[in-house]
Amino acid sequence: MTSTVTPPVRKSGSGADQGDGGARRRRLPRIPDRIRQGGLPYLLLLPAVLLELLVHIVPMVIGIVMSFRELTQLYINNWGNAPWRAFDNYKIAVDFDAPLGEALLHSFYVTCLFTVITVGLSWLFGMAAAVMLQENFRGRGLLRAVFLTPYALPVYAAVITWAFMFQRDNGMINHVLHDQLGLTDEPSFWLIGDNSFIALVVVAVWKSWPFAFLMLMAGLQNIPRELYEAASIDGAGIWQQIRKITLPSLRPVNQVLVLVLFLWTFNDFNTPYVLFGESAPEAADLISIHIYQSSFVTWNFGTGSAMSVLLLLFLLLVTAVYLVATSRGRKGSGAE
Amino acid sequence: MRGIRAAAVVTLATALAATLTGCGGGTSTDEGGSNDSPKTLTYWASNQGPNIEADKKILTPELKKFEKETGIKVKLEVVPWSDLLTRILAATTSGQGPDVLNIGNTWSASLQATGALLPWDDKNFEAIGGRDRFVDSAVASAGAEGQPPAAVPLYSLAYALYYNKQMFADAGIDGPPATWDELVADGKKLSKDGKWALGAEGGNLSNNIHQVFALGQQHGDNFFDESGKPTFTTDGNVAAVKQYVDFMAKDKIIAPGNAEYAQNQSLTDFAKGKTAMVLWQAAASTFASQGMKPEDWGAAPVPVPSGAPGAGAQVNSMVAGINIAVFKNTKNIEGAKKFVKFMTSDGEQKLLNKTYGSIPPVAAAQSDPAFAAPDLKVLRDTLANSAAPLPQVPEESQFETAVGTAVKDLWADAASGTPVTTESVKKRLDKAQQQMQQ
Amino acid sequence: MPNKALAGKARSPLAPPASFRWTRRIILAFLTTFALLPVYVMVSSSLKPLEDVTDTFQWIPSEITIRPYFDIWDTVPLAHYFMNSLLVAGAATVLSVTIAVFSAYAVSRYRFRGKRVFTVTVLSTQMFPGILFLLPLFLIFVNIGNSTGVALYGSRGGLILTYLTFSLPFSIWMLIGYFDSIPRDLDEAAKVDGCGPFGALFRVVVPAAIPGIVAVAVYAFMTAWGEVLFASVMTNDETRTLAVGLQGYATQNDVYWNQIMAASLVVSVPVVVGFLLLQRYLVAGLTAGAVK
Repeated sequence: MTSTVTPPVRKSGSGADQGDGGARRRRLPRIPDRIRQGGLPYLLLLPAVLLELLVHIVPMVIGIVMSFRELTQLYINNWGNAPWRAFDNYKIAVDFDAPLGEALLHSFYVTCLFTVITVGLSWLFGMAAAVMLQENFRGRGLLRAVFLTPYALPVYAAVITWAFMFQRDNGMINHVLHDQLGLTDEPSFWLIGDNSFIALVVVAVWKSWPFAFLMLMAGLQNIPRELYEAASIDGAGIWQQIRKITLPSLRPVNQVLVLVLFLWTFNDFNTPYVLFGESAPEAADLISIHIYQSSFVTWNFGTGSAMSVLLLLFLLLVTAVYLVATSRGRKGSGAE
Repeated sequence: MRGIRAAAVVTLATALAATLTGCGGGTSTDEGGSNDSPKTLTYWASNQGPNIEADKKILTPELKKFEKETGIKVKLEVVPWSDLLTRILAATTSGQGPDVLNIGNTWSASLQATGALLPWDDKNFEAIGGRDRFVDSAVASAGAEGQPPAAVPLYSLAYALYYNKQMFADAGIDGPPATWDELVADGKKLSKDGKWALGAEGGNLSNNIHQVFALGQQHGDNFFDESGKPTFTTDGNVAAVKQYVDFMAKDKIIAPGNAEYAQNQSLTDFAKGKTAMVLWQAAASTFASQGMKPEDWGAAPVPVPSGAPGAGAQVNSMVAGINIAVFKNTKNIEGAKKFVKFMTSDGEQKLLNKTYGSIPPVAAAQSDPAFAAPDLKVLRDTLANSAAPLPQVPEESQFETAVGTAVKDLWADAASGTPVTTESVKKRLDKAQQQMQQ
Repeated sequence: MPNKALAGKARSPLAPPASFRWTRRIILAFLTTFALLPVYVMVSSSLKPLEDVTDTFQWIPSEITIRPYFDIWDTVPLAHYFMNSLLVAGAATVLSVTIAVFSAYAVSRYRFRGKRVFTVTVLSTQMFPGILFLLPLFLIFVNIGNSTGVALYGSRGGLILTYLTFSLPFSIWMLIGYFDSIPRDLDEAAKVDGCGPFGALFRVVVPAAIPGIVAVAVYAFMTAWGEVLFASVMTNDETRTLAVGLQGYATQNDVYWNQIMAASLVVSVPVVVGFLLLQRYLVAGLTAGAVK
């Protein structure tokens, strides 16, 4: 640890990019002169590239090929013979007047709403917890472990437990709301009907906020103490410190975190599947379940793949817009 | 430069993909299998016992017996129901699967359409002792009509009406209802003081299908016509679905909470004396494990309009059960057939069906006194006289999802007090039907 | 070192105001309840006989039994699944973190052609819906097995490979962020001192990025630990993982609620303990940063 000797100014890290960007930009062009070692960076990337090709890229390309073929149970035994269908699979998926397309569109809306709410709440909870645990106090370590517990429970077990709690007649939620607090006249259904959306959001937030917490907590460790010290000497209160130092410093972490939370939540399959089984109520009909039904349950991998590709295109678009928007924000404040 | 690199990556990936898909799934489609590895077999069993470990304990000695007889070692894997169909699909797609496997008999026609399973023509049936050893209705649910079955019946089941004797006595009812009118009338006497007459698994798609299928038969309709086209919205089918959901919506003999049941909570309610009747297949062992004594409950045929179950409009159950199938590309085709023969032999049939509480689809094995217990006799008679196979069409699983979901949504309506009318039923079924035609 | 003590003291006179402390109490109480509610239900249900579990909910079990904790081992080969999961998730984590560290180091510290293509492509793989490439991936594994004899399908190796790749994109991105925030002068100095690029990486960058690496490792582990969809297709009896194996407590006719809960708790305890031990390293960055 003694080697980490460094002048305080340089401890700024990404957190202080705003003030430091100029210095960095000047520094950058110097590097290639010193480390132009040709193949080394590629060598470092090689394992990652190979694995990505094997597990993500190539299967993905095959998936796209699948989306142009008629892959029903008549052909899955021998792919080579499956007829090409050009864009027929896509036409079915985007024919919003027909029930299948209409249902897909509905499910798309539900998924968007679900994603926005879930990501928002997960980030909020994670952020609140990370900030509240930044200062050392008795029991902090314990609380950290407690907050990570939802993350440690196997997904299936956790979600089935929630399903168990959400049961109408014997569930814990209704026991509290109806039997003990008397808030409802009748015990409510949570797993069918419109309330199922609420149930889904609760479970999804419960499952993903610890991840936000974990990442933000790690991000907070990089904020140099001096910043806070300087601020408090300047008379900034704790709230101001959070607003002026903590939040801006977490910007790079947040950029990736929110994006990844968004992608996961949008593609989440386990939660609705374990909670509702293979047919989710309309109010909670997420797109992943929908695609699962259109491929695995109905044995029509062509249409299922076409839907997935459309989903992928949408996500690519959102991601691109998001990255451009957030990066511009960062540039605007002087980083990179 | 960046473009070139990206293009290179894509080209490489596509080339890889092309080579891989080229050989992907390219399994031999010729007349079934080889005998390249005659000494071993892989067998995927379905979960029939109380749990997977129990299944292994039950099957392993039998497989040892088979090994002793034939010298063929069988590698057993018990696949949970939650994974079985996906595993089969993956195996079908890749050609990498077991030699012999159990399938739910309602999947027979769908799997038959893939062409991955060995067809049981007369020649193959000869190898296992002939087709007439099996009960007709069981063979009829092993594949589409007019084609050689894709599988051989292994365990058979049918629906029965299970009722709580004490609750019936308390309500002053002499015996189980034989017609639906009687069931509703009895149900109204039974449904009071927080107790209910009938249980249902509203969230279980397959169960919904099984019930409305039998009711549809009684209304003179099927969900598919002769040519295999869906006919969900015929008056008979609409009436059947409405009749089933009306037990909750109109007759109020099913507790609203049942609308969300999908984990056999209706059996738990029955075992606890909260509901007086359930329609189920071979529930005896579950009742026992939930602490019910055999004398507490009785079993009767599922009601029919005339009171006397039979063929046609008096059908009161689907043919439920498990079939055993052979993957066409097995490397031990002779061994696989021998194994199917072994599993469907009279001795094994008696033993395994006895253990699992099911009925042997092999007629000769039914003579065993174990299958003469009152509840099993009901199942046996139903299978022999008044059970019909679910539609044996390739789109069966689509049908289960589409119509099963329609019924599930109607349960949700009924439970929340939304009126269930002929129109609303028809609308849901119409939507289900349109989903099929894509 | 003395400066550290000074830094600690400097904060104390400016202790957070009451408004902050109360807000903190309320928020932490709420989050604790939210996080632990299902855990409490699990604990209490796992101690009830099955008849009570399926009956009206009770906060305090009227009859306590520890039998579920014995039954779980017989219903399902739980220990076997647990070992599989531990092995698969452990190996996937180690490999994923190692590979991610190399990649992130390259991206963070070198300029080279194709850097942006790499980072963007890697990130975009995060948005592939699993349903879409499950079957193709399965096919590739089977074909690799058929042509080279390397059994990836049904083996732990195949699953490790899959999971490590699942966590790789995010790990790389997070680590790029952490590495970027470590001053370059540190590893520059190390290189001047005669360390090669790897020396700089392992002696300087990695130690300084421990909190980030630990966070990423936890993430990689949990990704592999909880995955259901791919595991259900790619594993067999021998190699089945916990995430899938736990479903064995819900069979066609019976759902052993109390055993599901008991088994989940039993297998989660080691993971939570692991978290407790690791969180020390999450703080390590803070202290390291304070050393001047």
